[in-house]
Amino acid sequence: MSGRVVRAVVPSGPPVRILVDGMEVTAYTGESVLVAVLAARNALRQHEFSDEVRAGFCLMGACQDCWVWLADHARVRACTTVVADGMSILTGSPPGFARD
Amino acid sequence: MIRVAIVGAGPAGIAAAAVLAAHGVAVTVIDEGREPGGQIYRRARAGLALDIDTLFGAEVWSYRKFHAAFDRLRDRIDYRAQTLAWAVGDKQLHTVRAGAADAVDFDALILATGATDRVMPIAGWTLPGVFTLGGAQVLLKEHGCLIGRRIVFCGSSPLLYLAAKQYGAMGATIGAILDTTPFAAKVGAAVDLLAAPNTLARGFGYMRALRGERVPIHHGVTLSAFEGASGVERVRFRDRSGREHVIGCDGVAFGFGLKPETQLAELAGVELRYDAVFRQWLPAADADGRCGGNVYVAGDGATVGGAEAAALTGELAACAVLEDAGIASTNVDPRRLRRRVARLRRFQRGLSRAFAWPAATVSALDDNVTVCRCEGIAAGELRAAIRSEFGPTEVNRLKAITRCGMGRCQGRFCGLAAAELTAQMLDVPLETVGRLRAQPPVKPIPLAVSLARNAPAAARDETSAPA
Repeated sequence: MSGRVVRAVVPSGPPVRILVDGMEVTAYTGESVLVAVLAARNALRQHEFSDEVRAGFCLMGACQDCWVWLADHARVRACTTVVADGMSILTGSPPGFARD
Repeated sequence: MIRVAIVGAGPAGIAAAAVLAAHGVAVTVIDEGREPGGQIYRRARAGLALDIDTLFGAEVWSYRKFHAAFDRLRDRIDYRAQTLAWAVGDKQLHTVRAGAADAVDFDALILATGATDRVMPIAGWTLPGVFTLGGAQVLLKEHGCLIGRRIVFCGSSPLLYLAAKQYGAMGATIGAILDTTPFAAKVGAAVDLLAAPNTLARGFGYMRALRGERVPIHHGVTLSAFEGASGVERVRFRDRSGREHVIGCDGVAFGFGLKPETQLAELAGVELRYDAVFRQWLPAADADGRCGGNVYVAGDGATVGGAEAAALTGELAACAVLEDAGIASTNVDPRRLRRRVARLRRFQRGLSRAFAWPAATVSALDDNVTVCRCEGIAAGELRAAIRSEFGPTEVNRLKAITRCGMGRCQGRFCGLAAAELTAQMLDVPLETVGRLRAQPPVKPIPLAVSLARNAPAAARDETSAPA
């Protein structure tokens, strides 16, 4: 499948380009990382302690099940972090980092 | 004049701030959200053409009233958005915003921290596409986004019907509404529910409207599993006669009422008391939210009661702060507020029966079902630990042995189920197995922030930091 999250309201405002695992994805100004990734993908991230993939859960900053790596080795909580143009998001961990 | 810190900018926190500011008190409001409103009055992000009237329906006036009140208050308080209060000392809150540490000194602290969804693990609940019921609503309110195209709303909560109505209005297909509480329980709770007749009527109105749109609604179901390969594709359940059904979907919103965010209250030294109606541990407070010392609680973070009760208890907590500081309050009548809160509490008791927490279903959980989604700990691992010789009889011990509740969410989403499972295995009352204790930081923060904790003044003013 393509995206999981559906934009029910047509976004106004300028599009921003982000990278998800190196692939270009179009998002919109003000969107959260979670919305931007899940509008294009099935899941957000590889779970650290199992083979499962996860797509967040509580969507309000409580469950912490949407933390993703950025290519610059920062980690962000996807549901409360706003996308920025050029942001490079990884659904796994950066090369050379252990899975957790 | 006293300094008051308020954590939370939802209906309780802002109502408290408005009363205090009107009396000339210096108020600092700390809130994690981008905008005020909490979860219930979550504002659409800037520039999004979301039709608020369609989304909020009959509730739109209370949404507008809240935001108008905040706009009037904005310049009279120190409002700090996107800021996490992660620890609390005697007269100081430790905060972090965008990775930078800070601290807020206070004479009195009002905790209006709100609540999250209360969930019971179900097979497949970690699949992509399964979200909390409250989360599904928040995504719609803030981003105008749906969690999928065809959604099943399940669990037990009055919000099932409201959320389904909102999703339907925004273009989603509603696969079904699956309520685990039998309809008879709702009729049985009618006496208490009549304490808030308008809210009750609205609830039945939603139900009727959904039936009119031919949305399948089942009461008294048993949820068996959320199933799918790389994400949720169907919900398997038994209806009240025991017949099995499967409904296709690409999104599931589920929840069983709410769970107060009590972590900061606990860190502030507030006693938590077991509440038999909610089967949860709540901050011990008097009718006005006094917890002793200089700490006060209000809103759903004190006792789940909904937005109206939250605003009233926020005003009550503010009155208590004023009274304890020897400041005469004007234009608020605490006795009238208490009467209104008491009526809403009766309504809430009714709701807790009409939409019951399915405590008993924990015994039917398959051993391989994940209980702690952070650490990936299954029910069978908990049972094995409890069964072992000298096994844990208390949940913090269970956490130490199994890691259940030790992950990033600190047991917010597994703690209640782990306690129910422990009590059921040992055949003891729930309150005897305790509750997972809160630890600072209450949510993940950068390591550099916690290292700066003992020097918050230096963190505020980098020029004074030692080289």
